[in-house]
Amino acid sequence: MTQRQAAIVGIGATEFSKESGRTELQLAAECAKAACDDAGISPKDIDGMITFTIDNSDEIGLARCLGVKDLAYTSRIPGGGAAAAATLYHAMALIDANVCENVLIWRAMNERSQYRFGQTPTNMSGYTAGHGTGSLLWCIPFGAMTPGTWAGLAGRPYMEKYGVTNRDFGLLSVQQRKYASTNPKAWFYEKPITLDDHQNSRWIVEPVLRLLDCCQESDGAVAILVTSMERARDLKQPPVRILGATQSIPRNVEVIANFYHDDLAVMPEAEGTAKRLYKQTGMKPGDMQAAMIYDAFSPHVFMQLEAFGFCKRGEAKDFIASGEIDIGGKLPINTHGGLMGEAYIHGMNTMAEGVRQVRGSAVNQVRNVRNVLVSSGMAGAILARD
Amino acid sequence: MTAPNEAAPAPDAVPTAAKPTRLAPIVTLDAKFFWDASDREEFVGQQCGACGKFRFPPAPMCAHCNSLDTRIVQLSGRGKVVSWIKPIHPPAFGFKEPPTVAVIELEEGTRFVSNVVGIAFEAVTMNMAVEVCFEATMGNHKVPVFRPAQ
Ligand SMILES: [Zn+2]
Repeated sequence: MTQRQAAIVGIGATEFSKESGRTELQLAAECAKAACDDAGISPKDIDGMITFTIDNSDEIGLARCLGVKDLAYTSRIPGGGAAAAATLYHAMALIDANVCENVLIWRAMNERSQYRFGQTPTNMSGYTAGHGTGSLLWCIPFGAMTPGTWAGLAGRPYMEKYGVTNRDFGLLSVQQRKYASTNPKAWFYEKPITLDDHQNSRWIVEPVLRLLDCCQESDGAVAILVTSMERARDLKQPPVRILGATQSIPRNVEVIANFYHDDLAVMPEAEGTAKRLYKQTGMKPGDMQAAMIYDAFSPHVFMQLEAFGFCKRGEAKDFIASGEIDIGGKLPINTHGGLMGEAYIHGMNTMAEGVRQVRGSAVNQVRNVRNVLVSSGMAGAILARD
Repeated sequence: MTAPNEAAPAPDAVPTAAKPTRLAPIVTLDAKFFWDASDREEFVGQQCGACGKFRFPPAPMCAHCNSLDTRIVQLSGRGKVVSWIKPIHPPAFGFKEPPTVAVIELEEGTRFVSNVVGIAFEAVTMNMAVEVCFEATMGNHKVPVFRPAQ
């Protein structure tokens, strides 16, 4: 199977902060260099570059910083963080096809100090072609202008159908902050919360999201370096095989403004990603020892746990309440603290944690990890030991 | 596509009490028919001339049969609430009180994000029947909102 040939050999990140004090291009260059150093590959030998459509750092500008000799391929993925894992999918395909040798994936953002996704937008130019978010235009005159409002509208039918409350969401938040509290890289290092803290945090969107159901707004950058499995075995780190990677954008599904598909209580994109990924790899939910799941907002995690078959529809609340996502549970998730606890680098830092779990170098290391699912909702990958 | 900024004043513009403070819609060429009708207090939609299916958001081609034969028809304006929220923070721009933002499933089968007006947020229920009415926006436009069915 051709999908078995790509491997992640380097991860790199800047510190995660609320004010980086430097440009996004500099952040991009720093994390890319760190990923190359981690792998033992010269930045000059990068020949493929992938980022998000909404990343502000120019690939040519970044290539110039790194001294890239000859770039063979560049691409960008639409769909914001929901498509984060699609970067791995592109990188895998490039390696499989022998188009590139060393593919750099990066995401750099001053998403707290320079602009804020959580505030009312000051210009509407994001709602144009190439970002996968055109339908958001239909929300603006009605007071739904932030990701929280869109996620709230998309999350409520799930709560209504399965009797899920905001308190149920709180247990996820508490668990992720527990992981973050022991992760020195996390913004919320040594700052665990209780369920009462969650229930006393202010409403962002009634009755779905409180403050502690929302990811952070962060400055920072993360890079991932992908090469061939063959080459990976000669490099510095234990190779992390990309066993499979895929994306799913079913009909009438759209990133975050997801109000038009048949059953609003499910995430068809996550179900589609799961189906395709399990078919591609021959694996099943029970083969995963951990999962890194995009947690922009609590409901997204619940719906993805169900879509990937870790529990039945409507049962994520019970799965979480019974401790299954804790370090000793059936499926520890977001062991770095997630986008809520560590930082919001648009899902890239969550994929990097998947790499650390497979390497065995995570601060909250799960025992005997062979396979880790990384899901950003609309795309996913299974990372595995060599 | 028209420049997205044209129809939408900067959110930091100071609204005056007498004038409507709701943001005007951002009008794309593919949806201009809808907002033009809305200004006349008409709630319209696209129906395929070949297979009869309704569609939303607006598109130049029918997803079912790929026909370009598109009819702009009056919709009943009746539907039911299938999701509803109250944005608290940041405050919804252009609203003095937090609005009830809802997903309305229309009789014709399509869905539409709008507001539910004329009823307290806490009194709204799943599948509650609603009907269209119109509210004014900045720039002398009107947008469809929904109130409990009479
Ligand atoms: Zn048709």
